Amino acid sequence: MWPLAKNELYRLFLSPLAWVILALSQVILAYLFLTHIDYFIQIQAKISAIPGAPGVTELVATPLLNNAATILLLLTPLITMRLIAEERRNENLPLLLSAPLSMIQIVLGKFLGTLGFFIIFLLLLSLMPLSLAVGSHLDFGLLAAAFLGLTLLVASFTAIGLFLSSLTKQPSIAAIISFASLFLLWIIDWASQSTGIFSWLSLLNHYQPLLQGEVHTRDIAYYLIVIAVFLILTVRHLDSERLN
Amino acid sequence: MSDSPLLNVSSLSRIFGTQHAVSDVSFSINKGEVLGFLGPNGAGKSTTMKMISGNLAPSSGEITINGYDLLTQAKQAKAHIGYLPEQPPLYKELTVKEFLSFCAQINQIPSAKRNKAINIAIERCGLKNVARRLIGHLSKGFQQRVGIAQAIIHSPAVVILDEPTSGLDPIQIKEIRHLIREIASEHSVILSTHILPEVQTLCDRVQIINNGKLVFSDTLSGLSQHMQASSLLVTLNAPPTRVQLYTLEGVTSIESLSPTQFKLHYHPEHNPTELLLEQAVSRQWQLMELTPIQHSLEDTFMNIIQQENISMEHA
Repeated sequence: MWPLAKNELYRLFLSPLAWVILALSQVILAYLFLTHIDYFIQIQAKISAIPGAPGVTELVATPLLNNAATILLLLTPLITMRLIAEERRNENLPLLLSAPLSMIQIVLGKFLGTLGFFIIFLLLLSLMPLSLAVGSHLDFGLLAAAFLGLTLLVASFTAIGLFLSSLTKQPSIAAIISFASLFLLWIIDWASQSTGIFSWLSLLNHYQPLLQGEVHTRDIAYYLIVIAVFLILTVRHLDSERLN
Repeated sequence: MSDSPLLNVSSLSRIFGTQHAVSDVSFSINKGEVLGFLGPNGAGKSTTMKMISGNLAPSSGEITINGYDLLTQAKQAKAHIGYLPEQPPLYKELTVKEFLSFCAQINQIPSAKRNKAINIAIERCGLKNVARRLIGHLSKGFQQRVGIAQAIIHSPAVVILDEPTSGLDPIQIKEIRHLIREIASEHSVILSTHILPEVQTLCDRVQIINNGKLVFSDTLSGLSQHMQASSLLVTLNAPPTRVQLYTLEGVTSIESLSPTQFKLHYHPEHNPTELLLEQAVSRQWQLMELTPIQHSLEDTFMNIIQQENISMEHA
């Protein structure tokens, strides 16, 4: 499982895709970071008098991580599309299937390798708000909760993308379906206001409390369930492919 | 180790929809044997290979590798097989060494032995000079060697090679065959091919599969007996009349190829060669040439396949 994860991550960085994605998303996020700081400086004088006013973490880090979630929604399908679809197209799957590995190990290896890439992404991202610690006081608890939320969110994206990549032979099809599915899960609560099953299903709905620093078991459980369900579906699908 | 076969396949079947890709195939392979799997394209060779390498689940039947059942003890069983599919599975963005190192890891070679295993595989497959090059930049012959290296890196008991020489140039084919022969000295090999001379040069035992069924299974010498023909090519400078030739016991028909050259067909149980020699000397027919005509492997192969097709139509 670990060699597979390592291999997946290593091969990702051999292609220009990973570098381009990391570089461009850093540029965009840095620009957004700058605008948030700009805004904060503008209103700082006005709100400093108000007791209990939002601080720099709420006004800079929180919106930045909210933007990052949207960007990750756009990026994840580009990374996950190749996971199984490309292996299938290059007819590389027999290498893994005839090795003494269980299907669970293969799927988990691919999942963890890809998650590794996004953790690098998040580490680079975290440097931006952390740099504010030089000249200001940060709410590290809030920051940690938001990053936990973002990690869980991107892990769910990856699991969904991995499953959809296992359904097809064409990476681009996998990317399009993944993007559509993620987007749908993102906006699914727009139709029915507030409560109900749709609102519970929304990936975004469970991210917002974490972004505000509220760590609820129900939100963490939601993400863990999404990850587990899609990983199991991937294993089942690949297994059934051997049978049919 | 007992004498039990390394790989045992019993009544293996695979159905795709309504089509029987492989039906009721049974065979086994012993230690150090090279088994040739022959058949026309689409006969079910690759499907069988996929099943015994664990890439495809059989519809029914049993596969045991080194005593482990491939279906219930998949991990242990898979540790004893090396598989090279028709299209070698390679990560072209890796170097040869990186790729083999990954293969060693997923085949669970302990890290202490890993380097040695990689070096042995590189050495045996003649990859020393290209070990640091990207696989994608290598020629097809070398890529095929990397594929073979990948299949033998964990020194499996059985190596399964699916058409290892397809798409290579004649020199590369020769080299790959040489490599397969070397591998056969340490591993049991199952080789699928539709190239007949390959079987003659490499295999101890031959199986022919057609329409998903095993139609022939014998040793290579058994096959060459099958190939023994029942005709002679004779050149006589002073030939007798055809009637005189017909009097030789066993001769069933005569073809005149030229005024002096004949093709004698005879009954397989009455070889007239000796009689013909005696007569030729005593009657001064001036024998110039006497060649038993051997069926080529192609003919035998076609015969077996055609017989099978005919009997299927009658059934």
